[in-house]
Amino acid sequence: MRRRSPPLSPGPCAAGDAPNRRSGHAREELRRRLRGLIERSRVMIFSKSYCPHSTRVKELFSSLGVECNVLELDQVDDGAKVQEVLSEITNQKTVPNVFVNKVHVGGCDQTLQAYQSGLLQKLLQEDSAYDYDLIIVGGGSGGLSCAKEAAILGKKVMVLDFVVPSPQGTSWGLGGTCVNVGCIPKKLMHQAALLGQALCDSRKFGWEYNQQVKHNWETMTKAIQNHISSLNWGYRLSLREKAVAYVNSYGEFVEHHKIKATNKKGQETYYTAAQFVIATGERPRYLGIQGDKEYCITSDDLFSLPYCPGKTLVVGASYVALECAGFLAGFGLDVTVMVRSILLRGFDQEMAEKVGSYMEQHGVKFLRKFIPVMIQQLEKGSPGKLKVLAKSTEGTETIEGVYNTVLLAIGRDSCTRKMGLEKIGVKINEKSGKIPVNDVEQTSVPYVYAVGDVSEGKPELTPVAIQSGKLLARRLFGASLEKIYHTLFWPLEWTVAGRENNTCYAKIICNKLDHDRVIGFHILGPNAGEVTQGFAAAMKCGLTKQLLDDTIGIHPTCGEVGNRRF
Amino acid sequence: MAAMAVALRGLGGRFRWRTQAVAGGVRGAARGAAAAQLGRKVAVVDYVEPSPQGTRWGLGGTCVNVGCIPKKLMHQAALLGGLIQDAPHYGWEVAQPVPHDWRKMAEAVQNHVKSLNWGHRVQLQDRKVKYFNIKASFVDEHTVCGVAKGGKEILLSADHIIIATGGRPRYPTHIEGALEYGITSDDIFWLKESPGKTLVVGASYVALECAGFLTGIGLDTTVMIRSIPLRGFDQQMSSMVIEHMASHGTQFLRGCAPSRVRRLPDGHLQVTWEDCTTGKEDTGTFDTVLWAIGRVPDTRSLNLEKAGVDTSPDTQKILVDSREGTSVPHIYAIGDVVEGRPELTPTAIMAGRLLVQRLFGGSSDLMDYDNVPTTVFTPLEYGCVGLSEEEAVARHGQEHVEVYHAHYKPLEFTVAGRDASQCYVKMVCLREPPQLVLGLHFLGPNAGEVTQGLALGIKCGASYAQVMRTVGIHPTCSEEVVKLRISKRSGLDPTVTGC
Repeated sequence: MRRRSPPLSPGPCAAGDAPNRRSGHAREELRRRLRGLIERSRVMIFSKSYCPHSTRVKELFSSLGVECNVLELDQVDDGAKVQEVLSEITNQKTVPNVFVNKVHVGGCDQTLQAYQSGLLQKLLQEDSAYDYDLIIVGGGSGGLSCAKEAAILGKKVMVLDFVVPSPQGTSWGLGGTCVNVGCIPKKLMHQAALLGQALCDSRKFGWEYNQQVKHNWETMTKAIQNHISSLNWGYRLSLREKAVAYVNSYGEFVEHHKIKATNKKGQETYYTAAQFVIATGERPRYLGIQGDKEYCITSDDLFSLPYCPGKTLVVGASYVALECAGFLAGFGLDVTVMVRSILLRGFDQEMAEKVGSYMEQHGVKFLRKFIPVMIQQLEKGSPGKLKVLAKSTEGTETIEGVYNTVLLAIGRDSCTRKMGLEKIGVKINEKSGKIPVNDVEQTSVPYVYAVGDVSEGKPELTPVAIQSGKLLARRLFGASLEKIYHTLFWPLEWTVAGRENNTCYAKIICNKLDHDRVIGFHILGPNAGEVTQGFAAAMKCGLTKQLLDDTIGIHPTCGEVGNRRF
Repeated sequence: MAAMAVALRGLGGRFRWRTQAVAGGVRGAARGAAAAQLGRKVAVVDYVEPSPQGTRWGLGGTCVNVGCIPKKLMHQAALLGGLIQDAPHYGWEVAQPVPHDWRKMAEAVQNHVKSLNWGHRVQLQDRKVKYFNIKASFVDEHTVCGVAKGGKEILLSADHIIIATGGRPRYPTHIEGALEYGITSDDIFWLKESPGKTLVVGASYVALECAGFLTGIGLDTTVMIRSIPLRGFDQQMSSMVIEHMASHGTQFLRGCAPSRVRRLPDGHLQVTWEDCTTGKEDTGTFDTVLWAIGRVPDTRSLNLEKAGVDTSPDTQKILVDSREGTSVPHIYAIGDVVEGRPELTPTAIMAGRLLVQRLFGGSSDLMDYDNVPTTVFTPLEYGCVGLSEEEAVARHGQEHVEVYHAHYKPLEFTVAGRDASQCYVKMVCLREPPQLVLGLHFLGPNAGEVTQGLALGIKCGASYAQVMRTVGIHPTCSEEVVKLRISKRSGLDPTVTGC
């Protein structure tokens, strides 16, 4: 990742005695730094401290009350080099060399002329035509990182973030899905469930307590929500530190470069910006059947649910569905997953089925090939009682079940339809609501970009999407060229605890035509995230089966299966 | 003369079985040529000399019986203790404090180890490898001799002989009472009763790991260190490991050396030590004294001189070339018994596998001892691969090394309110683009799992730029590695904020 270029340090030095390493590369670096300076500064003057022409230009701007960024070429180490590169950029060899709002004005004479003709004033005003350099709609992972990066590069940035409450009335703070209703609370509840397993294990490892351990949903949820609040606060603080304006309002385009921000009280404010980024993400989908919005909850509601959900039906087979079902069962709840077709679409299906069977062994019930058709409330309460009517996807069979909670996890829809995109001509995919973008995340309107879950075919994990698409094609069309190595393993920690053997599984997929290059890595077992990260880095570096075999395992870990077992 | 092609010989050694397992191709075809499968006749000779305290064990060597396996299981027991403390924060209603029963843990761990011993014997049988549980030594350069249980002398001769006898814990030689009253890692895992209040002497990873799990299961534990902890490891990381242990209840006596151990009338052990800087003497009483001051190779009883195998006069370790060959052409040595090799199970396994492939599989691949990853299973685990920061600077010069680092907080720590002051990761790179990665050091939960894949990356010649282009897995600790943006040189605060 690019780091901020260090400021050109002042200090006495003759031109040309900078270390002579890789001059081409160094020159490119210098050019980049100069461009950065020019782009960041309203007025940029390359000057020499003793030059009377330079002094006149500086005096002119100071008389206009305009702040200038001045680089004295006689006071920096690489002044002579700077002057050379400037002459390449502007075709002007002398100082002062003046830029106003990125436009090259010229030397002393040209600057004075521009002042007299009024062009200079016009140039100076240009930038203030918009309230902001950049407005970002959506304060999630994508939006916030973009905002902070732009601010670091000296841009005036605003973030508009507004959480429309879920049909059950749940709402949250800054940070988007990941922090509030996604990865973070999900992994914490997963950890809570793992701790339940750890408690069982711990008796076998000599820890002594006999009582039946109960799980308290409220205690856990409160602790998790406290952590999330601290993250929300941290995000606000970091935006403030980077001087990014944060407005808790709903953004809607009204005309080119102009957006309407509506706050909770319905007050409207208008802002303009040179460029926009749409990072509004996605929200859980509803079934569109009777009773779903009234009585069902989604992942938007689950993590802050003030009461234990009780007997739960999870509808869907996405990773969200399986993760939620997994931790709910881990707390000792009666959990059923209703699956329309396959588990974890898009993931390796052998692995997906193994995940499913592991869950089944651990008490999660699966209803395969059924879809709900109606939800009825039998009793109110926290939780209440719901009757679910479902029908088979293959025949006419219907079934009925009574649950305390129905959690929908059937997919997510992008939040693009009610933000005035049509008014400025940003095209969306009518079916999915996603925004098509090109290689540089640009939408059909050049000054509007889209990042994260809203952009079509480019989920949050852009390079992964590219890579996985390629791999999928190879798997689909080039299967005969691939070798698969796999193994079952028994994590050491599970042995004493007496947990099941023949459950944890790892496999790698290699391309025979490309020196057995590893093109897929799959592992099912504890700490899979921690294990997979390094393998991902290695695949990025062109990992082959041979290199895998040559790498020493770390003993005893689960990670070593990748090296020892295949 | 017996027509034995290979004798793999081990005396209480650490890796001999492992080597055999590889040679036997236990894991299947992908593991390559195996001596036994290649139609060779193979014998393994293994005998465990009881420790001075009388502890003995079965087939499998140090790793399985008195090393990695029981160590990590007891580490796991200690981690579970931490998780039990976390559990109430996550809504599990467990009354605290929860006491720990050593006997129950030890029995479970020992049962698992015994099942492994048995599994190894079965696997040797399956591969038709002859196994002799005798203490053997060289008669000449092709023959070893040992005495079986019934007093019968057994002579084995072979075309090729591999020595893999490993090492055993060192006892201090000039400390009164050390041998009578002290135990080592050979004994700790087989204790039937809790060691109680324990003094661990030494600063090796064995010392710190043992002290870590003893503290973790609730025992009063003190570590006595004469000079620096974890010699050879990155020293910044090492001192953070110690810091973490100290903040979690392990006591440290730094710059001290023991001089005497005595048994008091009440059965306790009184240890006298000297402060190396002031020369002042001090004493303390303990239930157990554990020596973890290093290991010595098991070569003395082998009669190596009869075969003409050279050893290092300083370390008594066997001298070998890059092909694991000793000074005698058909005698080889692998594992901890060899001079200048990392004392790690997986390196021994791989060296053994490659050796057999060279001997009988027509291969010419040599063992590459560079970039060997490893993990120290202290309460906060330390995983590393490649060069330490000190070593990188020594080899390349300060001005050519860039170190990226971060203090991070594992997500699981937040809700449990755990202190993450020592959760830290650093990547040592060359400064010149594309900034080749020289070393990676990770301090935090599941460090072994995190480090393994990154070791592969380094094996593949990863650069900083490539690591930065790798997408993180969210939310994990390992993603901190691919998010390392702050260089030490920049002087910026390396504390990670946000999610």
